[in-house]
Order: sequence, then C-alpha cells, then structure tokens
Amino acid sequence: MSRLAHIPGEWIDRTQEISFTFEGQQHKGFAGDSISAALWARGLRTLGRSFKYHRRRGVLSLANHDVNTLVQAGDRPNVRADIEEIAAGGSYTAVNTHGGVAKDRASLIGFFSRFLPVGFYYKVANSRWLFPFWEALIRNMSGLGVIHFDRPVVKTAKRYAFCDVLVIGGGPSGLAAALSAAEAGASVMLAEENPRLGGSGFYQLGNDPARRAVVKSLVDRVTSHANIEVRLGSYAAAYYADYWVPLVDGNKMIKVRARSVIVAAGAYEQPAVFRNNDLPGVMMGSAAQRLVYRYAVQPAKTMVVLTANDDGYRVALDMIAAGVNLAAIVDLRAQDTDANLLQSLRSQGVECLLSCCVYEAHAGQEGTLSGVTCCPLNADGEPILAQQRFLSCDGLAMSVGWAPALNLLYQAGTSMSFQDSTQQFIPERLPQGVFAAGRVNGLYALDKKIEDGQYAGRQAAAFLSLSAELGHAPAAERFSPSHPWPIISHPSGKNFIDFDEDLQLKDFETAVLEGFDNIELLKRFSTNGMGPSQGKHSNMNALRILARLMGKSPQQVGTTTARPFFHPVPMSILAGRGFSPDRRTPLHARHEALGAVWMAAGVWQRPEYYAKPGKTRTECIAAEVAAVRSGLGLIDVGTLGKLEVRGPDAGEFLERVYTMRYAKLNVGATRYAIMCDESGVVIDDGVVARLTPELFYFTTTTSGAATVYRELSRLNTIWKLNVGLVNVTGARSAVNIAGARCREVLSKLCDLDFSIEGFPYLAVREGLVAGIPARLMRVGFVGEWSYEIHVPAEYGARLWDAIMETEPSIVPFGVEAQRLLRLEKGHVIVGQDTDGLTNPFDIGADWAVKFDKPYFVGKRSLKMITEKPARQRLIGFKLQSGFTGAAPQECHLIIEAGEIIGRITSIGFSAAVGAHIGLAFVPPTHTEPGQILSIRRSDGSVVQAEVVTRPFYDPKDLRQKEESSEAAA
Amino acid sequence: MSEFVYHGEVRNEPDSETCSDSEWTDYVFNRSGIPAVKKEWWCHTPSNIWFIAERDTAKDHVLRTYLYGEGS
Repeated sequence: MSRLAHIPGEWIDRTQEISFTFEGQQHKGFAGDSISAALWARGLRTLGRSFKYHRRRGVLSLANHDVNTLVQAGDRPNVRADIEEIAAGGSYTAVNTHGGVAKDRASLIGFFSRFLPVGFYYKVANSRWLFPFWEALIRNMSGLGVIHFDRPVVKTAKRYAFCDVLVIGGGPSGLAAALSAAEAGASVMLAEENPRLGGSGFYQLGNDPARRAVVKSLVDRVTSHANIEVRLGSYAAAYYADYWVPLVDGNKMIKVRARSVIVAAGAYEQPAVFRNNDLPGVMMGSAAQRLVYRYAVQPAKTMVVLTANDDGYRVALDMIAAGVNLAAIVDLRAQDTDANLLQSLRSQGVECLLSCCVYEAHAGQEGTLSGVTCCPLNADGEPILAQQRFLSCDGLAMSVGWAPALNLLYQAGTSMSFQDSTQQFIPERLPQGVFAAGRVNGLYALDKKIEDGQYAGRQAAAFLSLSAELGHAPAAERFSPSHPWPIISHPSGKNFIDFDEDLQLKDFETAVLEGFDNIELLKRFSTNGMGPSQGKHSNMNALRILARLMGKSPQQVGTTTARPFFHPVPMSILAGRGFSPDRRTPLHARHEALGAVWMAAGVWQRPEYYAKPGKTRTECIAAEVAAVRSGLGLIDVGTLGKLEVRGPDAGEFLERVYTMRYAKLNVGATRYAIMCDESGVVIDDGVVARLTPELFYFTTTTSGAATVYRELSRLNTIWKLNVGLVNVTGARSAVNIAGARCREVLSKLCDLDFSIEGFPYLAVREGLVAGIPARLMRVGFVGEWSYEIHVPAEYGARLWDAIMETEPSIVPFGVEAQRLLRLEKGHVIVGQDTDGLTNPFDIGADWAVKFDKPYFVGKRSLKMITEKPARQRLIGFKLQSGFTGAAPQECHLIIEAGEIIGRITSIGFSAAVGAHIGLAFVPPTHTEPGQILSIRRSDGSVVQAEVVTRPFYDPKDLRQKEESSEAAA
Repeated sequence: MSEFVYHGEVRNEPDSETCSDSEWTDYVFNRSGIPAVKKEWWCHTPSNIWFIAERDTAKDHVLRTYLYGEGS
C-alpha cells in the first residue's frame, strides 16, 4: 500500500471509500481516484498489456493518453483507466489480454517479434495468396474491447454556446489569459479537460508551497469572476473555421462559437528512449507528480529520475517530499542545470549524475522495473558502456522533454517554426483572432507562463476592440526544456518510440532504409502515431529520428497534418441528437391519428404506411395498394416542392431550366418536367402547370425543393429574365385522390366540370373544393384516375377531413404503397431509379429532351452524350410468377459471366401483375423483352429475371379513359 | 451552420453553340483547386440572396462581397 498522508489539493475524498473489481479481484479506493491511481495505490503495477507484443504496461502519463491501460468498464469498451474515476461497484478488465492481464498468453508474441517487421500490414497485403491467412490472424488479434449491442441507446445532447473569448486549457497560462481578457470586459469561457482547474500549476511544485499558492490565487480569482464561465471535464475536440470549437464532456457536445480563441493547451511530456523503457514503473516525471498531488499515491519506494531539464529536478524534490528514496538523478546534460535546484538536491544527499544516460531498464521476477543501468555519455552523446553502473529501483521518472499541444493551432491554420533554443515547434504566424499562451509558445517557467497568458488575454481583448494596451510578450526561455536527442540505441532493441503500436527505434531505421523517408510516409508505413493517442508521445521522437537519419533539421522534416479530432470522441456523442429539425406537413396529426408509421423523406416526416391492428407491414401496404386499384385512395403529397414563377419571361425561364418546352403550353394544361445539371445528369423532376399566361405553378421532388429553388434563383441572377420566383412549398398543402371513383367524391365537394372534355387528363383547374380555394391537377403517377389538390397550408386539414367525411370508405395510403403503384406504371423516382451519372436517355426519357430549343441547362452535354455509345438503360423486369423465397432487393447486382453488368433500382411484389416486378440498369445489349438476367442476392445465390416492357400495369393507359374507368367503377 | 451555402468559383460558361467539345467538358468537369483570392458564389439561405464573395482560399478570409454584376 502506498497511499500518502493528506496532500493539500488532493482530488480524492477520503471520507468515501469505494469498492470495485479489476480483473475479477476486489479492490478499494477513494472517491475521486482514477482506476490506475487506485490500483497503483494497492501496489498493482501491471495494469494493461501492449497492443502488439502484449508487454506489461503500467502508468505512463496519467494524463488521458495511457492507451496501454484501456479497460472494459461494464458495457463500455476502451475506457481510459488513467483518468476514469472509479465507480462504486465498478467492474473493470484490461482489454488486450488472452487470459488476464497478469498472465497474458499472447505475451509469447514478443518472442516472435522479428516476424512482425515494420510495415507488416503493407507487406502481408502484397501477397495475394497468403493474405487470407494473415487476415484471419490479424482480425483475431486486433480490435480492443467488447461492444454490448444490448446497451440501452442514450440520446446524447448537443448545444450551442457563445462567448467573446474561448480559452482552452485551465493551467497557469490559461487562467491568466482568462483573467486578463475578462478584466478587459470580454465574456470568457474557460475549457479544462480535467475535473479541476490549475493544470501543471498544482503538481509541478518542486516541493515549493509558494508555487502552489500563486496558482491557487489565480484559480480563486477565475472561479469568482463574473465574466468567466468555467467548463470542467471538457476537452476542445477540434478547431473549425471562424472560432468554432466543439467542447466534449462526458455526455454531450457543446458547439462553441467564440469571437476569439486562446490556446493554452500546454505540453505532453515525452518519454526517453532506451531498452525496456516501457516496463511498469517507468513513467513520465509529470505522471509521478500527478500520482502524488492528485491522488496522494507514492509512485515507488526507490526511484531514479532521468532528466534533461529543471522540471526533472522539481520531480526529484517532490518525490523526496513524498517519502520516496531517491537513488539518483541522471541528467543527460553536462550543464545548463539550475544551480539552486542542483544545490538543493545535493544538500539532501542525492547523487546527481551529469552527462549520463539510462542505457537500459531491467525487469525483476514480477516483470516490473527492478533497476536501471546508467552510463556516462561521451562527447558525441554515446554511452560509455565500460563505465556502466547498476542502480536498483522500482520507479523511474522520465523528464527529458515536452511536445507542445499544438493540434488545435495547426487546425486553425497556424504556421509553425522549429525553435532551436527550446527544441520545439512554436507558432510563427497565428490566424487573426487566434492566440497562444504558455508552453505552446515555448515558455515553461511558472512566471513566464502567467505573464504570457496575461499577454494573450490582452491581445484577444485588443482584437475585440475592448482595450488598446498590449504590453509585451515574455522573453524566451534561456535553457531548453527538451533534450534534442533523448534516444539511446541498444543492440537488443525493445527501446520503444510509440507505446500504442509497440514501435522500436530499429523499426524507424528499417522504414527509412526501405524508402519511407518522408514524415507522412513514415507514419503510414510504420503506423507511428496512428494508435489511440495519435502520436502524442511518439511524433516528436519519430521526427527527431527521421531528421537525424536524413541529415535534416526538424524544421525541414516538418510534422504530420493535425486533423480533427484532437482526442477520440465517442460515437455516441457524435451520433446523439441532431440539430436538423424534422418538417411535418399540415396533415401530420391526421396521419398520427390513423396510425401512421413514419419514415424520413428528405427533411420531411411522411407516413410509410398506416398500421392496422393484427396486420403486418406487408399486409398493410398490400391493402393500401389494393384500395387504390379497386376503390379509392388518398395520399398526402404536401412534401412535394411547390414553386411559382411569374412574369413575362416565365415560359422562357422554364424552357431554360427544364429539358421540355413550356413557352407554348396552354393555360390550363400541365406537362411533365425533367431537370438536368450542366453535365446532363437528371437531378429533379416534377409537373409544370400553366395557370395564366404569366403564371406557372410547378412541383419538384420532395428532397429537391430547397436546392432546386436555390439553383433556379442563382441561374436567374445571371440570366436576369423578367420573372419572379417564389418557393411556396411550406405555404401549400397537397393531397392526391386516386381511384376510379374519385370524380364522384370531388363532384360533391366542388362545382368544377369534371367531364373528360371539361377537365382532360393532364389539365389543371382552379376552383373551390369544400369551399377552399384549390388548384387541381389531373395526374397519372399511380396509374389510376386521380387529382392532385393543392390548397393553402392552413386549409390542408380541412380539405382532408372534408374528403374523408364525404367518402368514409376512402383509404389513406402511404409512401410505400405509392412507390409500388408507380412501379407498376413503370414511372421512375429521381434519386432512387437514377443516380449521379444518370442521363435522360438512360431512363428512356429521350422524348422529353427537346434539342430544338436554343438553350437549356445540360443541352450541350446531352448532345455530346447522343454521339457516344449508350452506357446503360433502365428496363423493367419480372421474376417468375411462382417465385418463392427471399426476393432480390434494391441495389442487388446483375451478373453475367462473373462480371457486374447492372443493378436493381426498384423492386416489389405486384398483386396486379402477380409477380415481383422491378426496374434495373442494364447494358444496351440486354434490353430486349424476353432476355434473362441473373440477379445475385446478398447471400450470393442467383435468381433469374426476365426483361419485360414497361409499364407493367395498364400499358395503354385505359384507366385514364372514360369507358374503362366507368367499367371498372 | 447552414446559413450560407457555397456554390464554387464564378466561371464563365462558354457559348455552348460554338465552343469545342473539349472547351465544354473542361468547363463542366474541371475546377481549379489552387489556393488564391477567388470570386465565389455564396447564398444567404434565409433570404435566398446570391452574392459574390472574394475569398482568399489559402487563409479562408473573405475580402469583400457584392451582388452579381456589381463589384469588379
């Protein structure tokens, strides 16, 4: 047990003892303990297994980047044990083991490591005949954690927030930045990923209470400032254009739109590279300090501190204060050490070995750290093996350098330069309104960090015109906090650069020899930085190695691209509640009352079908189809896009945007309309109705309304035709009443002349229906005598009620029934039977393309298409009448001689035809009725289908003619 | 986030009656991705107003905006 006496500011609550299990064993900790800290306090050292070689791993950073100690926490996979607080009754297991973390059978892989060379994945993928073997092996080995599919779905929330200045990072510089911006009058939001403010200010102490007091006073002033909103436990996941930053906490995303952003994100401490630098007990100096000051846990009994900066000396002082027996300080440097710190340690009897390295670490019987071999360094920085010394210890704190957390600044478009004096990249040119403070600027001393934060806060305030006074940035550090080469080679390897992926020094040398000598190539070939921590502990050393091997400077090598997200964001946060509201038609409540089962159609909610007690979905849809064919049906088509174009040039305008002619369309007539883009691809269709010589009312597809209206507006911005265009989609409600007897019903509600002469097929009329001003169009989409009735949206429900009351036997039908009805007529649905490459000729709409017009959008491209051989044609097909079994589905492929020749776009069972019917794209050689197509189903089996002519139902349109309809009625 | 909609660079459509096939296909299919100050189509969706924005695509800075046919 290594729990210390009370530490000022500790995160644990000793009054609340908490029981949990790890790997099936009962443990106890205090509220506020992280899983790793609680286990470390209990004396456990092997907390996880590495990804590739299944080596023992313990605490490394304790800063949310320990990816070798991921645990399964109940139904949550890959929880980070280094920061996840223990929960009462929590049950945790290490994710990457075969038979438990203590005796992982897969650790044998380490012995075969030479058969897992760098670039392994690339190499096995090169061998086509061996690949299936490797694939099976890799799939078995890879993937961490267990997904519980029965986990209840939690709809996580998202919200927006706004502020003048968003400060990212609640350490000393972030606190100072927030204060100085707020004091200038800015509204400030301060985001801190940890549950408490203070950052490194509360653990990089060097056993000096004065340092803690300075930060404590900053925290107190921030938390009591009226202009500062503090968001704890929230990390800034990314930076997007215009000061837009998503803050992610445990259960939601806050989309913050700031007017200025200050990044005070600090730095990740970097590991030294030497043989066995991954043994449990070897950790970052800052991790040892976090154990002490956050969790009051003694990191080890006897420690060696490996350092190359002042921070390491403060680690040593902190460890002594925590009762650790300090074996020695091993300093890679010969000079530049702070004389006071050195003196303070030497006076306490600590041996300080300057110009010395840790050559390798040794594992004891438990497989954890038992000691280190130290060697003096010669003038070239090489270890002098002849003078090696063994130091016995169970802890090693590494404090050899830092990599600034520049991720968000890169994403914001900052150009960086490598600063030799601090051995790190710092911002050279920041985007307007984006500022950096503290260690990201290469400033590490506490007073400099605070000063730099204040400067950044003033800069932000000045950017927002809140103050004029800027002051000065603090002077740069005199001595580098990072060593330029904290890397010691060893003939036996196991000197790890990337702990996520178990990459060793020699892997990088091999990769460069194999020609992957660019930082982006090296990353992808070696997988360096591609693990869950995304290179936070490995990118800097990889860059140094590549620079040295290539004889280049770090600036010349450059960094890999930093992309969102900065830290893995759970899918549940991203997939939570969306921000796009559903649109509902004015008839929504009517559908609801009728038992509608909803489906999304573009932004709209539409009834897929109406559920009936005791009936399946298929039965309900079939009944709705039958009702339209043999009786009367009513469907809400109010989601169609509805536009009006008015003016002397209205006809000319429509001729330019659609492929057909409209200038001479008679008043009172409608015409089908196909819209193409510039490349001749079908993008929308609808019906154009001429109401007066200068007024056309036309429809678009449900999903196309907004984009079509917008694009037509843009086109007329260029054309400047004398027309006005109005989008009345939301202003009008529409229904389609379909079935042979629909005239009977309408005649009772409306005094228009419904005779075939007075209101012929494809005509449009205006009149009162149930006293409501309406536009009626005789249409044939579903293949029966039918009228679309368009009324002002506020009367939609009244119209629906009036029709239902007049004819109680009328059957409301949904989108699925309508899809089948139109399929029987062979009508295409743009977006279902067409895709981003479909032209009008492909779908048999040659007749709708009028090349005799001077211009229309897509004309030139379509002209060129006619001069080339056809690529595909949409045909109708049907399965054998007696077909049973699983019917093919949309997007199933048509195969011939082992090659894909086409695909199904629509399919359904037609009672009217007595078989499954469908539409499919096939090559022009396969369009003859009677030809046989082979359709491959999802399970690989093949179904035969026969090409037939469209339409499948009522090919001569007799249902639109009076005699036939009367007969049917 | 959808208050403004982007429609690409302002490009002059060649005379579709007289231009060559290669001129036309170049117009339809090719776009320049070279960062520069570009004139772009943008639409303010709530008001459905199209306008031209001159934007430095390397820095994502909008330098000025005006209605089509104005500016220049």
